[in-house]
Amino acid sequence: MELANLNYINELSGDNVEFKAKLIAILKKELPEELAVYESYNARGDFLQMAQSVHKLKHKISILGLEKSYYIAEEYENNLKNNSTELQADFEIILKNMLDFVALL
Amino acid sequence: MNCIIIDDEEMARAIIAQFITKHTDLVIANEFSNAISAIKYLNQNQTDLIFLDIHMPDFTGFDFIQTIKNPPKVILVTSDKNFAIEAFEYECIVDYLVKPITKERFEKAIQKANAVKLESAPKEVKETKTKEEDNTNEFYVNIDRRLIKIEIPLVTIVEAKGDYIHIKTENKNYIVHSTLKKIEDKLPQDLFLKVHRSFIINTKKIIDIEDNSVLIGKDVIPVSRSNRPELMKRLNLL
Repeated sequence: MELANLNYINELSGDNVEFKAKLIAILKKELPEELAVYESYNARGDFLQMAQSVHKLKHKISILGLEKSYYIAEEYENNLKNNSTELQADFEIILKNMLDFVALL
Repeated sequence: MNCIIIDDEEMARAIIAQFITKHTDLVIANEFSNAISAIKYLNQNQTDLIFLDIHMPDFTGFDFIQTIKNPPKVILVTSDKNFAIEAFEYECIVDYLVKPITKERFEKAIQKANAVKLESAPKEVKETKTKEEDNTNEFYVNIDRRLIKIEIPLVTIVEAKGDYIHIKTENKNYIVHSTLKKIEDKLPQDLFLKVHRSFIINTKKIIDIEDNSVLIGKDVIPVSRSNRPELMKRLNLL
């Protein structure tokens, strides 16, 4: 499993410590919110809305440097649009790893 | 250039704002997490450039562009590479940025925005009547100076949202600057029924009915108490 990192955030922030702190704060706030939305649609079996949620989460996956995970998410998003949950387990492992990483920031 | 950012994701807005702040030619005028707030702002404020997300709840970025008068230059920002072709349909879209945005790609987009000059003629979005509307199988609406034909049997739901009407068909959605009454007058009364002050439905598209709502496709449409008797009467005839 690839590891999340802050390379993109560090590159964006440069020496701007305040901006880096702001991005991390947004990440810590938005990621659980977006995950909760995904889980609520999952509980209802609403595949189209789940796909929308995955689409939103993709940005955070890429921000955390998870390139291979991004492609899994993209494939999973397409599967959901075709009424399939293939790759759901893989995607949810990615989410858990992201949450664990962000919790330690 | 005065810029606004429209994206429901706070992280995306923060990143774009940072790029704008570092650019000497750009000023952030405002940020919006939804398209409706942005439309109200644009009606009252001069804006030169919009950074616009495509996927937003209720309004897509393309729906948003179709509803505003005199759209300024737009740079689309999205995680989805698949809309690049559709983006070319819109004169005001000067570039298309795929998230996560890099500094180099952002700079290139601003160079394109600086190089493009838009027509100054207003692009009004309004509804128009034509002779063809006597044909009960179709009617026309005026969107972005183009007459768009809408096939009546494909219309499923018509919804009023503020100054705009959302017309949902089986294959596409349209947003028109009009009133619900004007659209209602174009639709055959034996097929369409106003079930709520904001909704007209195609009765042939009803999948299910509950006490206060009907299911059309995946949409649950409220039925007001005053309109319910007519709906029940109509369904008995189906």
